[in-house]
Amino acid sequence: MQYIPNIIFFIVLVAGVGYFTLNVRKLIRNIKLGRKVDASDNVSQRWSNVFRIALGQSKMVVRPIPGLLHIIVYVGFIIINIEMLEIIFDGLFGTHRVLSTILPESLYNFLIGSFEILAFLVLVGVIVFWIRRNIQKVKRFWAREMKGWPKSDGNIILYFEMVLMILFLVMNAADQQLQALGAAHYAEVGAFPISQFIAPIFSGLSEASLVAIERGAWWLHIVGILVFLNYLYFSKHLHIILAFPNVYFGRVEPQGKFKNLDSVTAEVKMMMDPNADPFAAPPEGATEAPSKFGASDVMDLTRTQLLGAYTCTECGRCTSVCPANITGKLLSPRKIMMDTRDRLEEVGKNIDKNGEFQPDGKQLLDNYILREELWACTTCNACVEACPVSIEPMSIIMEMRQYLVMEQSAAPQELNVAMTNIENNSAPWPYNQMDRLNWKDEN
Amino acid sequence: MAEYAAQGKMPEVLFFVGCAGSFDDRAKKITKAFVKILNNANIDFAVLGTEEGCNGDPAKRAGNEFLFQMQAMMNIEVLNGYGIKKIVTACPHCFNTIGNEYPGLGGNYEVMHHTQFLKSLLEDGRLKVEGGKFKGKRITFHDPCYLGRANNEYEAPRNLLEKLDVELLEMKRSKKNGLCCGAGGAQAFKEPENGTKDINIERTEEALETTSEIIATGCPFCMMMMTDGVKAKNAENKVEVMDIAEMIASADDL
Repeated sequence: MQYIPNIIFFIVLVAGVGYFTLNVRKLIRNIKLGRKVDASDNVSQRWSNVFRIALGQSKMVVRPIPGLLHIIVYVGFIIINIEMLEIIFDGLFGTHRVLSTILPESLYNFLIGSFEILAFLVLVGVIVFWIRRNIQKVKRFWAREMKGWPKSDGNIILYFEMVLMILFLVMNAADQQLQALGAAHYAEVGAFPISQFIAPIFSGLSEASLVAIERGAWWLHIVGILVFLNYLYFSKHLHIILAFPNVYFGRVEPQGKFKNLDSVTAEVKMMMDPNADPFAAPPEGATEAPSKFGASDVMDLTRTQLLGAYTCTECGRCTSVCPANITGKLLSPRKIMMDTRDRLEEVGKNIDKNGEFQPDGKQLLDNYILREELWACTTCNACVEACPVSIEPMSIIMEMRQYLVMEQSAAPQELNVAMTNIENNSAPWPYNQMDRLNWKDEN
Repeated sequence: MAEYAAQGKMPEVLFFVGCAGSFDDRAKKITKAFVKILNNANIDFAVLGTEEGCNGDPAKRAGNEFLFQMQAMMNIEVLNGYGIKKIVTACPHCFNTIGNEYPGLGGNYEVMHHTQFLKSLLEDGRLKVEGGKFKGKRITFHDPCYLGRANNEYEAPRNLLEKLDVELLEMKRSKKNGLCCGAGGAQAFKEPENGTKDINIERTEEALETTSEIIATGCPFCMMMMTDGVKAKNAENKVEVMDIAEMIASADDL
């Protein structure tokens, strides 16, 4: 009988980690629907980006207040996770505060003490975040695309963190009272700089009630963490994991450098080669169908772009600096990423159901991202610069424009005029190329 | 350039004028100002003239990769034919496209924006700049996206302004956070989508907030957008929009 809690703990732990693993595999499968990318170049630059931008949060602090709060929550979150080791060991083997029996007392007290201070700071940070979202109503959290689920998602994450931190502190507070009572199992260990102020609330309670509170908080805390872990896949909060690979695969070249399409290069070279035979049969073995130009659905995008869609935490820094969005246009770079993820999830569910993707009469273009949004982009790179985790909404916009122009000839009329001019007289305006040097003799 | 080649000579640098610099009336003034400076500094330079074509930036940013690569290959054929090594341009779009996107198509050149080139002339002592009539004037610099964010060049234009002894006033959004003028991504050739305001108006208002007498820039398209913005705000008698090359040329009264 005495092993029942340990067995239950084992089952909960395996179920929690197992379901998460299942979803991570689904996530990887979905990302692999995208085009392969070669990121074998600039390895040292990529790692340096990971350390600087992801680990070092260098782009978060561009906005000092949310940046600093974010660092506190982030550091707190990571360091408090050391405590998870102890919790898991205790849970599996029925020990209590096992690290205190292994580590020197002073070190253990220092650890628990710092966990408590961090937990308190995280709590404060999260409350300020909640106030910024819901009372101060920071504009970027109230944009058009932030209605419904994205809005609740943002708050649910904050509530989760508040509850987890409170449970951790309550657990320690009850533990102190039990230690004071000299209860069995509750050796006098740990330093409690924060929960000592909660402990008096529990004074005078019986040992049995204190044990119930301590155990209750302990169980809710660990179960809460496992639930939160599994919540990630359904939430924008995936960034706590994916920010790192996303920054690694992020841009290492100047932002102004757009990729040249190799398939187009081949065609243009053939067009300019007087000896090319336009009617030549494809070479033996070339069975591959000609690729589509640009992107109309998530499968046409690169894996980096799809990873970016899962990484996006909808902070809206991109949208808040987008010149089109600032001036009231429909375009919001954040919505481009959210739409891409929503569509990718839809495609993923389609695959879950049918084994492989069955056309559903929908695509990313038009069903999610509107043409009006795509044509409003000035390619100014402000969104790319602003993203704290190196996502590039602009690259998706560009590839969808390529699809519109090269597959559908569906550019706005005025752009067709400009492009015809470039084609005919090598300038976007209707001037003769022979007049290009006229300025030399004008006054 | 054809004349140079006929004489078997090679200029020190090729000035890629660009479409705006060749055809747009306002931008042509920038071209002429820059040429004046080059002549004044005795720089041996050439232009492609009628052999130059649009670099393809608007086509590429509009999504027409075919047209872009056609333009790029034609220009590369001409440039490589002459054996060009070094290019300077007064347009950040030409600068970005030729410098970043031509190498993949076989066009490898050292490409400089005119502010970078002028800065290097100053450093080499081949050009002398004095404040002249700009001394102490309140001036703000509008960062062109394709010079700034796209290629991380924020200092060359500012260094030149410092040399003119101006009082440089930064806008709220500048350098990495600079706000686009609204012309990039082929927007210059179409009407904007529906919204509450035009982007160039938003940017012009920000520039006017600095109480500057001159809005300096380094891009013919930013020039168009900011000039239109100033007109729309009826501020033409308060503030002037000038390219840095024009400022240097007129400071020296060339």
